[in-house]
Amino acid sequence: MNTQATNSHDGLRDDLALISNWITPGARVLDLGCGDGALLAHLQAHKQVTGYGLEIDPDNVIECVAAGVNVLQLDLDAGLEQFEDNSFDFVVMSSALQEVRRPDELVDEMLRIGRDSIVTFPNFGHWKPRISLGLRGLMPVSGSLPNRWYDTPNIHLCTVRDFETLCRQKQVDIVRRHVVNHAHRSNIGMRTFPNLLGEIALYQLRHHATR
Amino acid sequence: MTTRADNPSSVGVVEPQTLHVDGPMPLDCGKQLTQFDLVYETYGTLNADATNAVLICHALSGNHHAAGYHRDDDTKPGWWDKCIGPGKMIDTNRFFVVSPANLGGYNGSTGPGSAHPDTGRHYGPDFPVVTVADWVRSQDILRAALGIEQWSAVIGGSLGGMQVMQWAIDFPNRLRHAVVIAAAPKLSAQNIAFNEIARQAIVTDPEFHGGRYYEHDVVPRRGLMLARMLGHITYLSDEAMRAKFGRDLRDGRISYGFDVEFQVESYLRYQGASFVDRFDANTYLLMTKALDYFDPAHAHGGDLAKAFAPVTARFMVISFTSDWRFAPARSREIVDALVDAGKQVSYAEVTSDLGHDDFLLTMPHYVNTLRAYLDRAAREIGA
Repeated sequence: MNTQATNSHDGLRDDLALISNWITPGARVLDLGCGDGALLAHLQAHKQVTGYGLEIDPDNVIECVAAGVNVLQLDLDAGLEQFEDNSFDFVVMSSALQEVRRPDELVDEMLRIGRDSIVTFPNFGHWKPRISLGLRGLMPVSGSLPNRWYDTPNIHLCTVRDFETLCRQKQVDIVRRHVVNHAHRSNIGMRTFPNLLGEIALYQLRHHATR
Repeated sequence: MTTRADNPSSVGVVEPQTLHVDGPMPLDCGKQLTQFDLVYETYGTLNADATNAVLICHALSGNHHAAGYHRDDDTKPGWWDKCIGPGKMIDTNRFFVVSPANLGGYNGSTGPGSAHPDTGRHYGPDFPVVTVADWVRSQDILRAALGIEQWSAVIGGSLGGMQVMQWAIDFPNRLRHAVVIAAAPKLSAQNIAFNEIARQAIVTDPEFHGGRYYEHDVVPRRGLMLARMLGHITYLSDEAMRAKFGRDLRDGRISYGFDVEFQVESYLRYQGASFVDRFDANTYLLMTKALDYFDPAHAHGGDLAKAFAPVTARFMVISFTSDWRFAPARSREIVDALVDAGKQVSYAEVTSDLGHDDFLLTMPHYVNTLRAYLDRAAREIGA
């Protein structure tokens, strides 16, 4: 069902359209690493969502302000302790997990602050990176991993299996998982072998105790 | 010859206006003003439905003269001329900008240098201590007199930013947007300490005469100069002072004496001396007290989020990384409380060099952020 999302989201980036489908109308949303604010702008316009985006890049902050999105220029690596427990319905982090200093601690914080958390990341377990590294001996460069090893912001790449191991250790419930290619389409193959065939992984998480 | 008025990015020559208010105006201190004048300037044009008005709240040493020139041969424009004008950050082609001088000020609205209506003599030390909330109440009188139901935005830096917060708390329906720049939710002990030294410099000057120096035809020059020198240090970053003066010597050599030797000394003395000619010592005392007393959370057990509960305006909060007087962490206290209270707020932290006074300048990140914000504010009201 989620694969058809793109059509009804007038120009919204595909991965954000997928996330948007998971967010309930009227929700209070905190978007970590919100970029130009496209997701929140869309959610505000179409789902009466309220909330804030966190973003560190000044040019993105200006874009958010221009889009009418509440944006807070803050560094995710500086922590989120100023946000109260369970103060948001959804905490979203799209393609930023692999860029932060301590992804595990940030996931803890997301679960503390939000009732639900949505995380997306490029899957390093996809067959292309495996071949690039395993057979060719080169750090992978692809659609979902566009940067080269020396200029990538990614410092904590992981695989679908790595991430789910972390969730198990933390006793985090995976409410749903969606694995797509870099055009954000899914198929039966990706659903059967997510770690091998999925390029981008989306997770909705919830703290075990709150369920 | 080109004149000031010809400059397309300047509001040109402006004339201050006066609103006379026959009181009584009760004040937080328990006293009242039986009558007072509010002096203000306006730039731009009020639209037909009076929705495009923007209020500018000034800081400690500011006044009503925020933009443009008073005379065609003025060398210096208003204190925020870099940011207010046609096509500028606060665009007078779209907004009707109102810039009042605060009560207790100098050379503008009623203050200690004005004549007491009962005695005809200068108020001097009898001018009541005014608070940020008093100022906001008086500004609301001006709002009503100008026929404005609701400000599109109230904007202020430093002490001006405190007035913006007070507006949003006390008159939530009277403003759509609150722009708080380089401010703090209350002063720290260190801030108050600096203010106290400034006040002591003034009141211990032999020419202060208990605040009645007007009657002795003198001014406490040394005290006010010292106060300004001290203040000026807190407005500049360590780095800015290093870059501007380093340890440069005025005459190129050390003279083993106590006269001005380093360039920074010369600069501070110049700043202090020129301040004395345009400012009033009693006003300095009043302004620093207003700063010290500002603490909207106090009435709510120190909970700033509770103080913000009535707020309906949308907030834009901006801080500067080199500002150590009201550092970014102070602005984040404001932001955190607004988030906790569930209010609409955006926050930008501008990388800067100069220090607290950066809010008067035009760094691209700062200007573009506020321009984008005010552009939306203008479009909301069709301006």
